[in-house]
Amino acid sequence: MDVQDKLAVLADAAKYDASCASSGGARRDSRDGQGIGSTTGAGICHAYTPDGRCVSLLKILLTNWCVYDCLYCINRKSSDVRRARFSIDEVVQLTLSFYRRNVIEGLFLSSGIIRTPDYTMEQVIEVARRLREQEHFKGYIHLKTIPDASPELVERAGRYADRLSINVELPSAASLKALAPEKDAVGIERTMSRIHLRLQAAKEAKRDAEGVRALPGAAARAARPPAFAPAGQSTQLIVGADASDDRAVLQLSSRLYTGQGLRRVYYSAYSPIPHASAALPPQAAPLMREHRLYQADWLMRFYGFNADEIVTDAGFLSLHHDPKLAWALAHPATFPLDVDRAPREALLRVPGLGVGSVDKLLAARQLRRLRRADLLALGPAVKRALPFLVAVDHRPRAVDVMALSRPAPQPQQAVLF
Amino acid sequence: MTLPLRFPADWDGFAAQLPALLAGDADWTRDVGAQAALFGAPAQSHVQAWRPPEGWHDLGRRVAMHADDARYARLLAFARRLQREPGLWANVLDPDRRRLQSLARQVDREIHKMHAFVRFREVVDEHAAGGRRHVAWFEPAHHILRAVAPFFVRRFAQHPWAILTPRGCLHWDGRRLTGAGPARREDAPPEDAGEALWLTYYRSIFNPARLKVAAMKREMPVRYWAQLPEAALIGELVRDAPQREGRMRGV
Repeated sequence: MDVQDKLAVLADAAKYDASCASSGGARRDSRDGQGIGSTTGAGICHAYTPDGRCVSLLKILLTNWCVYDCLYCINRKSSDVRRARFSIDEVVQLTLSFYRRNVIEGLFLSSGIIRTPDYTMEQVIEVARRLREQEHFKGYIHLKTIPDASPELVERAGRYADRLSINVELPSAASLKALAPEKDAVGIERTMSRIHLRLQAAKEAKRDAEGVRALPGAAARAARPPAFAPAGQSTQLIVGADASDDRAVLQLSSRLYTGQGLRRVYYSAYSPIPHASAALPPQAAPLMREHRLYQADWLMRFYGFNADEIVTDAGFLSLHHDPKLAWALAHPATFPLDVDRAPREALLRVPGLGVGSVDKLLAARQLRRLRRADLLALGPAVKRALPFLVAVDHRPRAVDVMALSRPAPQPQQAVLF
Repeated sequence: MTLPLRFPADWDGFAAQLPALLAGDADWTRDVGAQAALFGAPAQSHVQAWRPPEGWHDLGRRVAMHADDARYARLLAFARRLQREPGLWANVLDPDRRRLQSLARQVDREIHKMHAFVRFREVVDEHAAGGRRHVAWFEPAHHILRAVAPFFVRRFAQHPWAILTPRGCLHWDGRRLTGAGPARREDAPPEDAGEALWLTYYRSIFNPARLKVAAMKREMPVRYWAQLPEAALIGELVRDAPQREGRMRGV
């Protein structure tokens, strides 16, 4: 099998992982006389595929051979999918060649489990080590942590990687036991909290080292502590493969953000795989559900909402309305708000107002009373906010809110080919 | 008198002329034709000295890169208003200010997209360090060539590369950056041997069960497609998606 064939198999096998972020890395570049690459801390999407997803990293598996038999996974032991395995050097060369073409920010490497978890993890780390130490690669590296890999290996992985991730896979321990018999929710969270502790230690070491520099008359700079995954850790959840509702999913995310300091939780709508097990649903989870979960996740992280208040009584997010609009419609007594007086937290809950718009309104109302024209100057999205706001020359009509409560027509996918 | 600028996005040149323009010592109105109205009435002699507010240079530098022919006229008109109206700069909702911010944002976005969408192809070049160069063709919508250069220098500091555009070119030999005049599309190299791997990757990482063409186009507008080798695959991928998805489900 040549590299071209292997790439087709091992990229196809990796496409179910939603994460492709390249942000949050340490700032570095290749002007020091060696190697190639740079990271600025902000991610770049170098291309978009027709599924609307961004291509930021070369996202591949080292191999799709696997000794585990997770039913939702295309690479499970009992699947008859085509198998392939890259050599370490092939992955290194592919990464460099793609990087030189300017089509990626770096590498996202994961792998099926071959022989043992530790053996697999060592192979994955060796790719990253060669990229960093032999090729002086300064681009972004995201390594998938193999569940049950030893703490020493996790430590080494963090030295080369910008980001580590370990997938919790399913929203409940019971589902994981049923669908992924070799994986264990407790073990996954144990590895996650180990990484969390290590990230906190690295942060403190960095702060201490910077503190030494700031001492008056300090003679020498403190040695820079070795970096450990400066872009933190993330995880992924598959939704729609088991019966868990959105409340369970969002409560878990919320716990991971606060308890484990995760940078991102990714949601991946269960996508049917060839020769799927009868224990799995025959149909794909609606992409709209995945979309609503991302919106809800955003509201939890930046808008002060909590998991319990954005799901409906049935435990799911509304598919008809985005979660912010659904919340506003369910709380009519909260609105309308006076744009000249309402506090920031309240304005953030108005559908159509983002963080940027709210901050502009707060700055402008220091100078004078706000008018309808000021609201409209913020951009087209603000039209949606008008039924929830009062200004000197603007009073919403009840009928405007009623119009919003009707389900929006389902957007039709534009297919132009 | 014509606009005494060295190149289209010469903000420093414009900023140096601005006090004289505001004081009425210089007159561009004869040469700017249709934009004359935007320059407003000649300034009166008692107008106070020009003291730009904090953030003015940042905004102006970005607006100056925009392809809008009236960009300098807009900046001058707004500077006149700033002189006359105390507190105007603090009013972030002022329509003229919003318009300038919007031009600046379009420039920022184009810089970001150029960082993302430049596609290098390998060229054998015995004079280059390492015996090869990476050369790209790109058609930026605004005057951003100088603004994108530092990104590529930092990223590919050890590798010779060139970016050719209809607005001018950048050449990096591993030590020095030089500029050159406009290039033509035919000057750019054809497909190289390694490109097939990238096309294979693009085809394989696409999930046909999740077709979202509108979302793709929002982030990768069609006007960039001619410069992206992978865009030639989009038609085929979209057309075959239902069939591939059916195979995924085993029907």
